[in-house]
Amino acid sequence: MTRVADMFSERPWALSFFGAVLVWLASIAFTGGMGGGDMLTSAMALATFMVIVGVGQMFVITLGPGNVDLSLPANIGLSSAVAMKVMNNDDSLVAVGLLAAAGSGFAIGIANYLLIRALRIPPIIATLSASFIIQSIAISYGRGLQIKPPDGFADFANAQLLGLPVLALGTILFTIAAAILLQRTLFGRGVLATGQNMNAAHLAGVPVERIRTITYAMCGLLGGLNGALLAAYFRGASNDLGSEYLLASIAVAVIGGTSVAGGKANLPGIWGASLFLVLLLTMLNTFGASPGVRMVLSGAIIVGVITIAGGRPSGR
Amino acid sequence: MASSLAPSVASLNGVEKYFGAVRALAGVDLGVARGECVGLVGHNGAGKSTLMNVLAGVLAPSEGRVMVAGQAQATWSTRLARALGIRCVFQELSLCPNLTVAENTRVFHTALRGFGWRRRAANLVQEKLDEIFPGHGINPSTLVQDLSIGRRQMAEVARAFTVTDEPLALVILDEPTSSLDARTAGQLLSYMRRRVAEGMSFILISHMLGEILGNSDRIVVMRDGRTVADDMAAHFNRDRLVAEMGGDNHAAHDASPFGVVRAARPVCVRARPRGQNGDSELVAHKGEIIGLAGLSGHGQTELLRAIFDAAPKGGGSITLDGPVSLVAGDRQSDGIFPSWSIARNITVGSLKALKQGALISPAREKEMAQRWQQRIRIKTPDMDNPILSLSGGNQQKALFARALASDAQIILMDDPMRGVDISTKLEVYDIIRQEAAKGRTFLWYTTETEELLYCDHTYVFRNGMIVAQLARGELTEEKVIQSSFHEAG
Repeated sequence: MTRVADMFSERPWALSFFGAVLVWLASIAFTGGMGGGDMLTSAMALATFMVIVGVGQMFVITLGPGNVDLSLPANIGLSSAVAMKVMNNDDSLVAVGLLAAAGSGFAIGIANYLLIRALRIPPIIATLSASFIIQSIAISYGRGLQIKPPDGFADFANAQLLGLPVLALGTILFTIAAAILLQRTLFGRGVLATGQNMNAAHLAGVPVERIRTITYAMCGLLGGLNGALLAAYFRGASNDLGSEYLLASIAVAVIGGTSVAGGKANLPGIWGASLFLVLLLTMLNTFGASPGVRMVLSGAIIVGVITIAGGRPSGR
Repeated sequence: MASSLAPSVASLNGVEKYFGAVRALAGVDLGVARGECVGLVGHNGAGKSTLMNVLAGVLAPSEGRVMVAGQAQATWSTRLARALGIRCVFQELSLCPNLTVAENTRVFHTALRGFGWRRRAANLVQEKLDEIFPGHGINPSTLVQDLSIGRRQMAEVARAFTVTDEPLALVILDEPTSSLDARTAGQLLSYMRRRVAEGMSFILISHMLGEILGNSDRIVVMRDGRTVADDMAAHFNRDRLVAEMGGDNHAAHDASPFGVVRAARPVCVRARPRGQNGDSELVAHKGEIIGLAGLSGHGQTELLRAIFDAAPKGGGSITLDGPVSLVAGDRQSDGIFPSWSIARNITVGSLKALKQGALISPAREKEMAQRWQQRIRIKTPDMDNPILSLSGGNQQKALFARALASDAQIILMDDPMRGVDISTKLEVYDIIRQEAAKGRTFLWYTTETEELLYCDHTYVFRNGMIVAQLARGELTEEKVIQSSFHEAG
């Protein structure tokens, strides 16, 4: 028993995968083994979107106490509309549209940072109030415009390779790159140092403000890209496309082993936690729970898991 | 004045105070008689503030007795101290900035309640201000944050003398004149003397030796947590006070270990403190160890930070060239990264040099950590252990390793030896000496006068300015202390 506990404290992300497997087994036990594979495939696809924003949120949370980006849902809503409008139902404009979505997200990230830095507003309030502004822009911008993605792009977002969603495969490569970014680059070390002790980071020569700028901008950019991809996957953009990613982005980072106190991040855990959350909802669906019950249960389970995860002795 | 015959207002007997393993007070006896002003002097860290905090009930003594009003106080507390007439005016201003002067008076006196408390509080404090500082120009309904620092201190002093339902027997004045100009300081001191004549007692703490000599009946000198002199004020003069405070004369030891001829080498740092009068500036030549001395909080850290922030190009009143690194003295708040390993805590200052291509090379990182483990002798079986597994002294060594492993040619040290044991200190001094010989320049702020003996040249700071400079040969503890304190008068 202690050996199991050791394994989890050395690899905090293992717990989230363990939870995901448990939930999946519970679901297929209920269906008598039916549709286990399909369940995994669609879970992978949905988890992909959580991972993309979860990684951005993870970097922001790692900057230290109080750092969080609450503008992601609004960002996703606006960026999905921007992407669809620029693509204009034309497959040849997909790259331009993706670029536009990324740019819109990037600009939102920079705006968030400026609110935090120039006006000295706490990140929670800055990003939340920014999200109201972004939402209003999205509503006035989104009126009467093309919200369908080009067919080719939509097909790509739904494509599978050997039973695995293509987007998920790409996102796995992306998370590996993000892990290298975190542990092996000046930027990543700077984020980790800043999150542990901003004062000490500055005095050790870490360009703290540059690092915070890049982090918020990167989180915004990932939110923007996620908006475009979600619009393609669901074959349509809408302003509330991103609504579930507010809690989800924070929950996957924290369940996956990222410290809310900052300075400690974990990438494999984001995959584990995303799969866990998606499979949890799938399980509640298979059990035939009503939407109200689903929300209550998933909220309670997230709180419970974060409590348990937060109580883990700090690893390393 | 036969103070020993007068009844004692308060006395401390054999008071010891430990903070963890650090002994702040080592058995202090101190008595204050009715109608007496006791002057209390001593260097930073001599234990004056700790002692006053014990007397005021803020800190409980680890050993010893507090006697007030002729009775040993078993359960001494701030409330009891207030009830028995002991008041404090601390150096750190304790008024609430977002309240008016009158409201602050109300906070101090719970008896001011019911209708019209605001007017009564205003009258109370106004009366005292008029009495102590005639012509003060302070309106009690002004917000404290809108007052100048000097007026804030005046309001704070006046408030301490207001009386409602509690007696007033002994007032502790901790650096009461530090923010006052000469006129208002004189007003306060003559008010104090008038109250002494009426039978009130005072403890006056000041770094201005002239004030102490001119206004105390008796003077107590503290050093290293104990009283080293306790005598009638008339038996002291300035030189005796300085000598009693300074302790042994270490100047002879270790004559010239570094032996650099100043000016024979190029200048690598020039810095003028903000608000410096005259044309004094700090100058460091390549390969020198420069000491920054003076009482703590007199602008040394600020100048080091300014130099750090001006690097690598210089700017403003600071000229320098090349990268700079800093060794923090306050490890917890400015130094260590608590969730990282020892190795990562060292390499964080040199990551650019550890890159291979675009990425940090783990092999080079490990190599650097191990090289510095041996060089500076960090006591750990594995550099991948958490930094918090090390003792304080070894954590500090890791911070030195971080600064020295970097490519910085100028190393700033912000009183880095705080709470470090002597053997670790000696090892680090040795390494500083070796690195200076290789051409690195050290700017070393220290509150320990002995460490200045390792410096080629020392600048003494007071009120954010350089007030004296001493070459290696001229440096004695007396001279440093003499320049750290205001001249008499």
